[in-house]
Amino acid sequence: MEKPLTGHIKAEGIPLNIREYEVAGGYTGVQTVLKKMQPMDVINLIKDAGLLGRGGAGFPTGLKWSFVPTGSDVPRPVYLLCNADEMEPGSFKDRFLLEGNPHQLIAGMICAAYAIQAEKAYIFLRWAYKKAETILRKAIAEAYAEGYLGKNILGSDFSLDIYVHTSAGRYICGEETALINSLEGKRAIPRAKPPFPTTSGLFGKPTVINNVETLCWISHIIENGADWFKNLGLNGEGGTKLYGVSGRVKKPGIYELPMGTVMREILEKHAGGMTDGYNLRAVIPGGASTEFVMEKQLDVKMDFVSLKAVGSRMGTATMTVLDDKTCPVAFLHNIERFFAQESCGWCTPCREGLPRVEKMLLAIEEGNGKEEYLESLKFHTTYCGPGNTFCAHAPGAMEPLQSGLEYFHDDFMRHINEKHCPWRSND
Amino acid sequence: MKNIVPGGRMIKIEINGKYYEVKAEKNLLEVSLSLGINIPHFCYHAALGSVGACRLCAVKKYRNASDTKGRLIMSCMEPVTEGLILRTEESDVIKFRAAVLESLMINHPHDCPVCDEGGECHLQDMTVMTGHNYRSYNFKKRTYTNQNLGPFIHHEMNRCIQCYRCVRFYKEYAGGKDFDVFASHDHVYFGRHEDGILDSEFSGNLVEVCPTGVFTDKTLKSHFTRKWDLTNAPSVCVHCSVGCNTIAGERYGILRRIMSRYNGSVNGYFLCDRGRFGYEFVNHENRLKKVKIRLSKNENPVVAENDQLQVSLNSALSDNKRIIGIGSPRASLEANYALMNLVGTENFYHGISKSDYELTKTALHILQNGPAHSPSLKEIENADVVFILGEDLTQTAPMIALAVRQAARNIPLQAGEKTGIPRWHDAAQRDRTQDIKSPIFVANPYQTKLDELSREPYHASINEIAKLGFAVAAQINDNATSVKDVDTRQYMLASEIAVALKNAKNPVIISGIHCGNKEMLHAAANIAFALEALQIKSSLCLVVPESNSMGLGMIGGKSLEDAYRRIEQGEADTLVILENDLYRRAEKEIVDEVFQKCKHVIVLDHLMNDTASKADILIPVGSFAESEGTIVSNEGRAQRYYKVFPSEKSVPESWRMIGEMIKIVRDQIDHPWKNFDQVAKEMGDDIPEFSVIHQKMPGNGFRILNEKITRQPLRFSGRTANSAHIAVNEPKLPQDHDSPLAFSMEGSNEVPPSSLVPFYWTPGWNSAQSINFYLDEPNGSMKGGDPGIRLIEANKNAKVSFFEPDITDIEQKPGEFWIIPVYRIFGSEELSSKAKAVAERIPEPYVLMNEKDIAGSDKNENGSANINISGKEIFVKIKIDPDIPLGIAGLTVNLPGMPFLNLPCSGKIKFASGNSNNQKPGRP
Repeated sequence: MEKPLTGHIKAEGIPLNIREYEVAGGYTGVQTVLKKMQPMDVINLIKDAGLLGRGGAGFPTGLKWSFVPTGSDVPRPVYLLCNADEMEPGSFKDRFLLEGNPHQLIAGMICAAYAIQAEKAYIFLRWAYKKAETILRKAIAEAYAEGYLGKNILGSDFSLDIYVHTSAGRYICGEETALINSLEGKRAIPRAKPPFPTTSGLFGKPTVINNVETLCWISHIIENGADWFKNLGLNGEGGTKLYGVSGRVKKPGIYELPMGTVMREILEKHAGGMTDGYNLRAVIPGGASTEFVMEKQLDVKMDFVSLKAVGSRMGTATMTVLDDKTCPVAFLHNIERFFAQESCGWCTPCREGLPRVEKMLLAIEEGNGKEEYLESLKFHTTYCGPGNTFCAHAPGAMEPLQSGLEYFHDDFMRHINEKHCPWRSND
Repeated sequence: MKNIVPGGRMIKIEINGKYYEVKAEKNLLEVSLSLGINIPHFCYHAALGSVGACRLCAVKKYRNASDTKGRLIMSCMEPVTEGLILRTEESDVIKFRAAVLESLMINHPHDCPVCDEGGECHLQDMTVMTGHNYRSYNFKKRTYTNQNLGPFIHHEMNRCIQCYRCVRFYKEYAGGKDFDVFASHDHVYFGRHEDGILDSEFSGNLVEVCPTGVFTDKTLKSHFTRKWDLTNAPSVCVHCSVGCNTIAGERYGILRRIMSRYNGSVNGYFLCDRGRFGYEFVNHENRLKKVKIRLSKNENPVVAENDQLQVSLNSALSDNKRIIGIGSPRASLEANYALMNLVGTENFYHGISKSDYELTKTALHILQNGPAHSPSLKEIENADVVFILGEDLTQTAPMIALAVRQAARNIPLQAGEKTGIPRWHDAAQRDRTQDIKSPIFVANPYQTKLDELSREPYHASINEIAKLGFAVAAQINDNATSVKDVDTRQYMLASEIAVALKNAKNPVIISGIHCGNKEMLHAAANIAFALEALQIKSSLCLVVPESNSMGLGMIGGKSLEDAYRRIEQGEADTLVILENDLYRRAEKEIVDEVFQKCKHVIVLDHLMNDTASKADILIPVGSFAESEGTIVSNEGRAQRYYKVFPSEKSVPESWRMIGEMIKIVRDQIDHPWKNFDQVAKEMGDDIPEFSVIHQKMPGNGFRILNEKITRQPLRFSGRTANSAHIAVNEPKLPQDHDSPLAFSMEGSNEVPPSSLVPFYWTPGWNSAQSINFYLDEPNGSMKGGDPGIRLIEANKNAKVSFFEPDITDIEQKPGEFWIIPVYRIFGSEELSSKAKAVAERIPEPYVLMNEKDIAGSDKNENGSANINISGKEIFVKIKIDPDIPLGIAGLTVNLPGMPFLNLPCSGKIKFASGNSNNQKPGRP
């Protein structure tokens, strides 16, 4: 089975240096792009490949790039931002790529920057990824030394600088426009769209923001072509995908598998099934801001379209398993506490709605809940839903709650009626 | 005057089943509000634009007739598109808005009964409008610690609903640096980084911008009255020459507060802090309330009994041919005119020094006879290039500074619009703009707050700035003479400014007379004229010092020096001084001697001051709040203020009192003017420039359906009980025979003409936000046109004739400094300095000096100095200004306690020995 993204990553956890990466065939994509392709060719190739953004929303990458204005009167500089602010609870796929093979990302960024004719690129890195920061800085220095970065890369007209910026540590910085504000030194508050970053982004200039995993693909697609990429997937969406599993399974971790691999196969075959003594109740498939997938739905294919069909989202494809010995109300409260804390405070439903949700869930969990809270919680799932809020933060927070209220209704009622959490000893 | 709108394309849309043609460049909320359709909102403010934070203005939008599902959207963030259908009252929309309100009320303290905002609270209005009634939240509320923000603003953070308007106004609109939003999620905090006085000159607008009671007027708090219990009048600010429109409110004879009165051409929604908080001089304990008469020269004046005033005036005025009158730039046109009438034109002295008058006249001459347009504040806001010469606007005409701050955004806003970002899309525009600004050029001897907008602030002596100005004019147009010794920096900068001005669509040149230099005015005029000669429509704004300086300049008269000479020469022995403290305009010794020589000094004024204390007959007269009058702003806009409340009988209006004196002089029985209209009319007959005022302003006889306009809102309470401790029956209401306004809640409830609006109140909108329903569109003009009559228009037929530069070297003596005046927003203006809150903000007198000038004298920056100007010594603190030229020192002027100094002039500076000196700064 082909593992383009992770196949070269060494088991002992030492990142590939530039020589090792070159030996493994890296930077040939950069050579091809700079010597043989026009920027528009690169964009078209990525469009043909059908690469969907790996940050969670699945937006077609080539299409996003094509929104960057071209021509002589384009405001300069144009920026490429790599979103490495991986703070989605349960997600650790980007970290794996950053720590294991930093040059794969750098090569991808050079190709992407060339495609959109960006002259500056930033890697916006999660504050806690200290190890990745050291690795990235070293790799970037290597790339400069070898002439892959800086002025007139490989003798071409194209120049690019890449900077690493470590975030101050707010979840909302992963929202692409809040990321831009944060990078500018402003409060990390999302921006209204339109205008989209591709027309007015970082410092008011055209900007493309891509996820780490997305950018890691670019060089591979250039080297191997669109058809190769498409054929990697099982169900129409191309490529492989980094699937993550956490929770009480035997082998939690990251698995690179063809896009569209069945969830049950990932959980049972690759992650080794549940730890002895635990039974699976549900899965949140792609980070905390996706809806529960229940045991009976485990045969769903893990791709953007299929998961949508069962009422959930693929998100980051890093699954968290809820087992039968964990209280689902406490599980949800934990999630919502996180989202309430991480609200930026800009728009009303999110700023005021999420803490209220959190308080109600805590009350229920602690045995002080009232039945009318369930109604209020249900109301909040639409009140804080898409379109009503300024950005996707609160709607994302409502996804697990919405399905949780439905799937775990009996558990909620037990908390309320028994006035304590059935998973805790009654003392 | 119509607001200038780019584009102006109209689009057809449907709202709630009706079809409308609306402006393409607006958003759905603006459009709806313009049409009088209520859509609740918080974070949107017409002057600040849209940011989509509060989510209250939700409506349902259908793309067109075939769209059956529609979409819930925020009307403030949605541009109008052809054929769209808007439903503002669908059930899901109503439910959502109520939920937003409930969210906001979760942590609100519900303390309306003790909140100063109660009754004019946008949050109350929106709560009622959205229909949120019952509270289901039963967890703890979050609470905050409040801050002491200084004497103007009271802070009560628990009431906050996080609309972000305050920080957007304070930081982004007004350029404040010491206020921000802190923390995040449901604990965001709006205030300073720590307790302390708000530094912005526009902080008072937080009171009106805040939709609830987080920021309230601390001066109002000290004598609190609900909105509905205020008797209000349309008024005009008297604290500088800009002429901002105000609403002044009174109860029980105390002026309670000043609010902004919208004038789309002048101040829009805002006021500066001097204008908002300077009013308390009206309530000052030193207000003159009773006539005082000095029975013989060496005695103290005593309160006049019975007909003593009549007797004294008789003996002073009748058969006396040696009376001269001294007018005032802070008195109304009508009061000055009345005085002129009393003493005769040949005996009328305008009340300012020869040099100040010459400067005012020069400004007037340039604006009346030259081809350059005198811009309104709105037009300055719409400028795309601004050049400021020698005027520290933030201190001398703060609202012009605020307008310049908006002008700095125009070029980037236009560029943003070209990329498809609408003007109202505030955050997106600012994100795109970053720190790009329209070309703004500031030239001033010392640093000013507007320097931060300037491409390259130019700091040099007044003469050098004038030279730069002449050089700019010469580079725009060869016919304008340049000055000879222009240095390289001036030449380069002049080229840059000239190019920017020539490429501008709406260039504005701003200068003024505070620097005391006529050449500066000529240089500024030459630039504007040079542009006009190239058919570039240019505007020239000239700032003058006092509220009616322009009007006084138009009336004319002779100078104070002339008056003093006549008294000295014995040609006159009786002085009638109208609302003027002569000690602020000449050296003490001179004025003392003049009073010494006079047989009778008759003073009419509001407050005890040095001149009033010298009066033989001291007559209290009404301030702007107890009188009506017309004043002319620096733009040339004649505007009228009206009595807020009837004054006590012993405190008549100046014009009325002077009429009484005319009766005596002319030995006639009838008062020369039955009412205010008659003075105004007669003034127009005598001074043709003013005839239009009487013709156009609604007179005393103006009625709406036979009814007067009420100064009191319908909900004014307790009228019949107010004096119940004196008499159980209701006393007769005071009558107003001088204006179309009534001291009553009974009268017309229709919207009055724009110049006569005493308060804003529309159904459902009790707060200041009700203003929008009096406008043709948010941030537009008042319905029926903005108040004020422009008396000064450019002479478009004038052949452009440039001024020849005539820069004379300054007379700086060897070893001395050239001392120039530094004006302060708080302290340099006479009346506002008497207001308690403003007085707290007055700095100790200081001198601005270049570090290098004091370096040799081993004195540090906290040092102090003795300044000696022709033998007169004053002690001041030293403040470092890194940019003030060597040899020049800027001295604060007109601060309370400081003696009059005829600046600029040469003076010695002796550095005092550290802080051991216990002398109080500013004192000789």
